[in-house]
Amino acid sequence: MNVSLLLVILLAGALITYFSSEKLARQVALFVSLVAFVATGVLLSQFQSGVSVDVMAQWISKPNISFYLKADGLSLALTLLTTAVTPLVIFSSFGNSFQNKRTLYALILFMAFAMTGTFLAADGFLYYIFWELSLIPIYFIGLLWGNGDAELRKQTMIRFFIYTFAGSLFMLVAFIFLYQKAGSFLLEDLYALNLTSSEQFWVFLAFFLAYAIKIPIVPFHSWQADTYQSNPALGTMLLSGVMLKMALFSLIRWQIPIAPDAAAEYKNFFIVLSIIGVIYGSILALRQDNLKKLLAYSSLAHVGLIAAGTYTLTLDGFRGAVLQMLAHGFVIVGLFFAAEIIERRFGTQKISEMGGIRSQAVWFTSVFMILTVASVGLPGTFNFVGEFTLLYSLSQINIWYAIIGGTTIILGAFYMLRMFQHSMLGETNTKVFADINIQEKVVFVIIVAVLILFGLYPKCLNDLIVPALEETLKHIK
Amino acid sequence: MNTLIAIGSLGILVLLLEIFGARKTIIPVTIIGLLATLGISLGGFSTESGPASFFNNMIVEDKYSMGFSSLFILLTIFIVLMSADFYNKEQKKLPDYITVKLLLLFGGVAMVSFGNLATYFVGIEILSVSLYVLAASKPENIKSNEAGMKYFLMGAFASGFLLFGIALIYGATGSFDMEVIHQAGMSAGVEDWFYIGVAMVSVAMFFKIAAAPFHLWAPDVYQGSPTLTTALMSTLAKVIAIGGFYRLLNGMYGNFSDGFITTIIVVAILSMTIGNIMALRQDNVKRMLAYSGISHAGFMLMALLAIPNGAGNLLYYATAYALAGIAAFAVIIAVTKNKDDENIISFNGLGKKNPVMALTLTLALLSMAGIPILAGFFGKVFLFGQMLEMGYTTLVIIAVVNSIISLGYYFKLILAMYTKSSTEEMPATSSIYTVVAVIATIINLAIGLFPDFILTMMA
Repeated sequence: MNVSLLLVILLAGALITYFSSEKLARQVALFVSLVAFVATGVLLSQFQSGVSVDVMAQWISKPNISFYLKADGLSLALTLLTTAVTPLVIFSSFGNSFQNKRTLYALILFMAFAMTGTFLAADGFLYYIFWELSLIPIYFIGLLWGNGDAELRKQTMIRFFIYTFAGSLFMLVAFIFLYQKAGSFLLEDLYALNLTSSEQFWVFLAFFLAYAIKIPIVPFHSWQADTYQSNPALGTMLLSGVMLKMALFSLIRWQIPIAPDAAAEYKNFFIVLSIIGVIYGSILALRQDNLKKLLAYSSLAHVGLIAAGTYTLTLDGFRGAVLQMLAHGFVIVGLFFAAEIIERRFGTQKISEMGGIRSQAVWFTSVFMILTVASVGLPGTFNFVGEFTLLYSLSQINIWYAIIGGTTIILGAFYMLRMFQHSMLGETNTKVFADINIQEKVVFVIIVAVLILFGLYPKCLNDLIVPALEETLKHIK
Repeated sequence: MNTLIAIGSLGILVLLLEIFGARKTIIPVTIIGLLATLGISLGGFSTESGPASFFNNMIVEDKYSMGFSSLFILLTIFIVLMSADFYNKEQKKLPDYITVKLLLLFGGVAMVSFGNLATYFVGIEILSVSLYVLAASKPENIKSNEAGMKYFLMGAFASGFLLFGIALIYGATGSFDMEVIHQAGMSAGVEDWFYIGVAMVSVAMFFKIAAAPFHLWAPDVYQGSPTLTTALMSTLAKVIAIGGFYRLLNGMYGNFSDGFITTIIVVAILSMTIGNIMALRQDNVKRMLAYSGISHAGFMLMALLAIPNGAGNLLYYATAYALAGIAAFAVIIAVTKNKDDENIISFNGLGKKNPVMALTLTLALLSMAGIPILAGFFGKVFLFGQMLEMGYTTLVIIAVVNSIISLGYYFKLILAMYTKSSTEEMPATSSIYTVVAVIATIINLAIGLFPDFILTMMA
């Protein structure tokens, strides 16, 4: 068994869902995503026992392009995130009623397929194709099933599409340039290139444009809040939970090891830029009354810290980044789901129109509290492990980076807890808030369990990713 | 040679069938005949060792000619398939239309397998006259008349340029034969008017492929012609012209002067930029695709810079572009069947009314825009890669920016299909359009997944 099986399951699942019936589409999609999750588990155990699960086949002879999927700890960790989040997202949407479910769920599985492919691909060209493919389903999901005014949504989504598409074209140009040097797109060959410092600079910059838009790093973030707000909940969850991580993952897998000297030379600049994003996102989140936008800006702050940690080019930075990618992936999915539940019941995204939920819905308030404090990075949660490692790595470079970057925790605690207070506590709202049902409970319990489990015992993930990261670091020295 | 003879005989056979009153068999016979011809043409790749020449070098068949001929035949098959339904109100004229299209194909094949400028000129004239006839083939429609007349007047000028250019080349080299011209073109002592001749020939070909600033006829002619003719012009005629142009330049002229290269670059940049920017402003879908075709001509011109190594990439790009065009036009014909114009409003709500057609049109447009995994993306990548290799970085950057701009109008159509609603019923149409669109899309995806098939053809 090898990792291409996973892609086959997801792609075939998307087709089956599309050709199933309107009634069954949801269940079929959930089933497929669970099969994919189990398959990931099997592959992981195979990998752990030392069996190679890579795939390598010639695809196009001239130019020399291969179908090369490489499964190491890094890519498998992110694949696991994708296949674990996808069933959660699908299951969480059982409470919504959508038109044309077959297409919607087929698109979601297709997106999971493309994202998994992005994490696994180790041929630059193949990687680029998966990277672009993941953009098309999310565009249509936002466009056709999103919230709010249709005209506005159309503008938002096309801006998002053109923004990210434009960024990735520069990455494509960089790949073509690298191909001319190396004669192949294989990851190993690109690592082995000896580029001059100016060549590295341009390659680094081209990659940076693609990733900075997707992560997003300030000042390339302007698409984010609107896109999150106008997407349906499951689109937002996939975007913030997994898709952003594609870019963060790519920093470690592609950008930094291919242009290590440029990364080392300009790392301070990029750390500072990322930290500006942290502060900027936090300040914007402070002023938000729209719950989904607040979460979008908090996300901007968190991913900014991840990017900053990555650019420290240390093992701790990488390790913290990957752990925090996983932790943030789960917590943000949970938070957006909570926002969605409030919206389902109250019909609003405005925090000022909420309140008084605690007295009506004890269960919901409890899980929301756990998610809030996890997002802030309370010790004992998975996010604490990630954020702490990131801040530690920053402090090794310059203590001020850690201090300023650490404000994300303080500011985060401030706006998240204030949000919690305004939306949950206070006087009983005149509107009725039914407590979460069993299906919603299942989603929350799984997410909370993951956050606490890995918060207490991050070692198993650590052991998975560290060898791969050490391998990557060898190319940077 | 067999290909040419087969196509010519097929055209005559169609006329004979009409005389013997077997009109119903015309389309099936043509399709079977063309499929067989396609087999002959593709079969040539396995048996042929080197170029074969016929009639004192009048016709030279090599991998280039066979590759492009196969593409032309494939596109003609699609167009003939759609003819059955498209002309069902003018059954009497059907044999004429089919014959004219086969003759057009004949001219096209001659244009990529010539060994002598006389053959080239005869080929391009057969092609052009067929196109004039097809453009004006709706005599009761004033716009169709306008299209035919405009195209004829402008086309006649271009033919004049071409002929004048050929005459100057003859004057400089003393021969129409490509071998002799090539020898002369490569030598240092060639007369100056040789270059003038090359320039005039190029102007004529820029006109034929509708490259800016020689593109002004295209939008009006595309809009005015019957839609099936527009489909033919924007797919088949365009790839014939660019295929012929490449072979012409490749054959007679190895080492371009800097001035000539600059000219091609400028024309390519102008075409893609003007085509894209004008396309953004169009509400008529045929007009929009006319401008989009102008910008694609600009992309394909880039392959000329790579002479003599650009053939594989050019064929790939042309195939991707033409297949996407066929799929798009099949849907457009079906949707705008009983309408006076092809306004984008007609496409509102197509995603609900006919999901299969909406999906194929979406894929066709995404292919033209260059989104992976469709063939259009690979076409662009291979072309850009080759240009970067040759050091034309600025050109590639402009081309990339243009690819981004083009998203704007392709998405306009996609958005209309999926986000707008319409109360209008979809006109009842023959299922043949869906079949053509789906097959073209499948081939498009297939060559996207297995680009080796075409790229190695030319190697």
